[in-house]
Amino acid sequence: MISVRDLRVTFPVGRTVVEAVRGVDLDIAAGECVALVGESGSGKSVTARTLVGLAGRGATVSTSRFEIDGKDVRGYGERDWKRLRGSFAGLVLQDALVSLDPLRTVGAEIGEVLRIHKAPGDVVSLLSAVHVPEPSRRAKQYPHQLSGGLRQRALIASAIAAGPPLLIADEPTTALDVTVQAQILDLLAERRAAGETLLLISHDLAVVSRLADRVLVMKDGRVIESGDTASLLAAPAHPYTRELVRAVPSAASRGRRLSSTAVPDSVALDAEGPPEGAADSVVIRAEGLRKTYGRHTVVDGVDLVVRRGEIVGLVGESGSGKTTVAQLVFGLVPPTSGTVAFEGAPWTGLKERRRRPRRRRLQFISQDPLSAFDPRWTVRRIVGEALAGKSGAVPLLERVGLSADVLDRYPRQLSGGQRQRVAIARALAPRPSLIICDEPVSALDVSVQAQVLDLLADIRATDGTALLFISHDLGVVHHLADRVLVMRDGSVVESGPIDDVFHHPQHEYTRALLDAVPTLEVSQR
Amino acid sequence: MLRRLATGLVVLWAAATAAYLALLAAPGDTVDAIIGDGADTPLIRAQIIQEWHLDRPAVVQYLDFLWRALHGDLGRSYLLQRPVAEVIGGQLAPTLTLASSAGVLGVVLALVLAITTRRPWARRVSSTLELVLVSTPPFLIGIILLSVFSFRLGLFPVSGGQGFASLVLPAVTLALPVAGVLTQVLRDGVDRALDEPFVVTARARGLGERAVLVRHALRHALLPAVTLIGWLFGILLGGAVIIETVFGRPGLGQVTLNAVTSEDMPVVLAVVVFSAFVYVVLNTLADLAYLIIDPRLRRS
Repeated sequence: MISVRDLRVTFPVGRTVVEAVRGVDLDIAAGECVALVGESGSGKSVTARTLVGLAGRGATVSTSRFEIDGKDVRGYGERDWKRLRGSFAGLVLQDALVSLDPLRTVGAEIGEVLRIHKAPGDVVSLLSAVHVPEPSRRAKQYPHQLSGGLRQRALIASAIAAGPPLLIADEPTTALDVTVQAQILDLLAERRAAGETLLLISHDLAVVSRLADRVLVMKDGRVIESGDTASLLAAPAHPYTRELVRAVPSAASRGRRLSSTAVPDSVALDAEGPPEGAADSVVIRAEGLRKTYGRHTVVDGVDLVVRRGEIVGLVGESGSGKTTVAQLVFGLVPPTSGTVAFEGAPWTGLKERRRRPRRRRLQFISQDPLSAFDPRWTVRRIVGEALAGKSGAVPLLERVGLSADVLDRYPRQLSGGQRQRVAIARALAPRPSLIICDEPVSALDVSVQAQVLDLLADIRATDGTALLFISHDLGVVHHLADRVLVMRDGSVVESGPIDDVFHHPQHEYTRALLDAVPTLEVSQR
Repeated sequence: MLRRLATGLVVLWAAATAAYLALLAAPGDTVDAIIGDGADTPLIRAQIIQEWHLDRPAVVQYLDFLWRALHGDLGRSYLLQRPVAEVIGGQLAPTLTLASSAGVLGVVLALVLAITTRRPWARRVSSTLELVLVSTPPFLIGIILLSVFSFRLGLFPVSGGQGFASLVLPAVTLALPVAGVLTQVLRDGVDRALDEPFVVTARARGLGERAVLVRHALRHALLPAVTLIGWLFGILLGGAVIIETVFGRPGLGQVTLNAVTSEDMPVVLAVVVFSAFVYVVLNTLADLAYLIIDPRLRRS
């Protein structure tokens, strides 16, 4: 169906050119599901978009062979591509909230495809084909009025409206909750079973292993390894692929390092469990936490205990109230009712002025450190402020795996992983007894995520710092945490030691969550 | 929406009060301030004291002023010997014609420019032109247009307010700076919208470039432009005062200018209150326009 040889795509950046894709060969046969896997900047999205002539503004594309349905498309202009887009290939992007025009109804968006290609069919039957309930009512709604899963279905409906033989799905489930992701993957699997051709682009090996027949692993614009999914993931030949597979956190990865970076000498390897004899020293104890906004109850009676050196996971889907719990514990917002005690003394109900001397013992790491730093401050100043005049910025940075080179850089000049390390260094500086981590690795590539998770495990092992670790990613939590609380609609539905909860879930919601997680079965040795 | 209306009423009340306080704070006797450069006879003084209730307590004067303003009674100009409402009403039509044709022309010009000048070279030319238009005072544009199209080419009349031909140059003069700013705002909005993922989706459907611009990006670009509607009104009214003078047109601008220079306070007060009224109406319309353009702002 598609045959590309030596695909190269370059973009002008200032006066130089950046090679995003450097010689990719790609064949897709009808009825096949092919996956492009790689981390950010690997060129996987650019490769996929080039297949519909949308490489990007100012891009230069060169190939030695580029055939679609046996026709040479190398000389194609905008007009020829326009005919192919939508009719030969449909494109599904990450988040339908921004990938569908937010000012238009989903019906108008789907109808647009039908009109452009004068395709038969109607909006309502397309929406019901992707299992949207009440399709005629939904067609009149705007993306923001639909749930994440429904609007992703609507986006898929618009991509398949003109009946294209090929569907290109670029991170189609990345922004979704795990149960919704499972439904969308089911939908894609259903289309694949019906004989449709699918090109899947993903950073998530588990998602890929569920759907794809063949996998191409990309790094720095090249395909470094390819082969059929099962055998490639079971026995990766390339070191980078091995590293990727190894970096996926899960139940099976508990107690071992995810990344292959060298362990600092001072750090002990056995990161299992809290330090001896500290089991009953409670760092934070929250009782009956409740938070309402107007008539809306966001957190409803949450009890929470974190002991010294313990990692407690807090999992739940978006809207479950887990971030609000973090804010209540941190003291950013006052609870409607309930109390928090920090290191044995009352924490809620105090004036901020009285809390401030103890604030240093309680630190916070967010998902996006770029917005948590003053963009005009250098790393030296950021870390220096946290050290409160004490010296030792360089040893601190070395502890989190950074060198003194970054001292005079600004946050935006750092990579995502480096930024999160600076955030961790800043949090560590005042020697806190608890760090609240709100989705600290969700924005990171899997190999960088692995390094940061290893770092957090090391910090707990050496310093005995407790972590309240909030995440939607059950694999990450299972890898790292000692105990876990599962939240839904503001309440904790289940809690306990991590293996008990995740291996023998008692609550049906926990079971549903765990069932929905796509697992990388081949890697569980 | 009810809150919007309430805010509008507060703005109107504040404008009327401020104008009234300005009248009280004017140097000398309030009667002198109201007379301005008009004829000063004992009979007229008695009339003024009766109309403005100047022999009653200040609170009564103020409440009475508000009460009359609420009913559209803006008092009487003793200089022109006519009711203020009549003075303004008589000159409203030419100014409205000028302002609305300039406003429409400016908006249309901006829309066309923002959509058609997408190529790098056209963009550069247009951006330069916009900058020149925005930074040139309107009266200078007016004088240049006059000297080229009226004096040299003789295409349009030099002055006067009769007929379509006399409207062209003043409307163009007022429209150009408006178009300059609006084009910049719209282009910026279109640029930002084109970077959004939904544009990739739209293109991937096989939608042409022009359709992507008009059907998707432009609507997003309209949102920041609508915010400027209040500013637009200021430019048009302030501009009208000067443009009407440059082109010798009758209108509200001329009335305001004469009232200010001859210290005809009742007319000045009325112009202030009337401007605030139009401003409130336009901004309420802008808020409505937001709701029409962006469904996310509508409450379900």
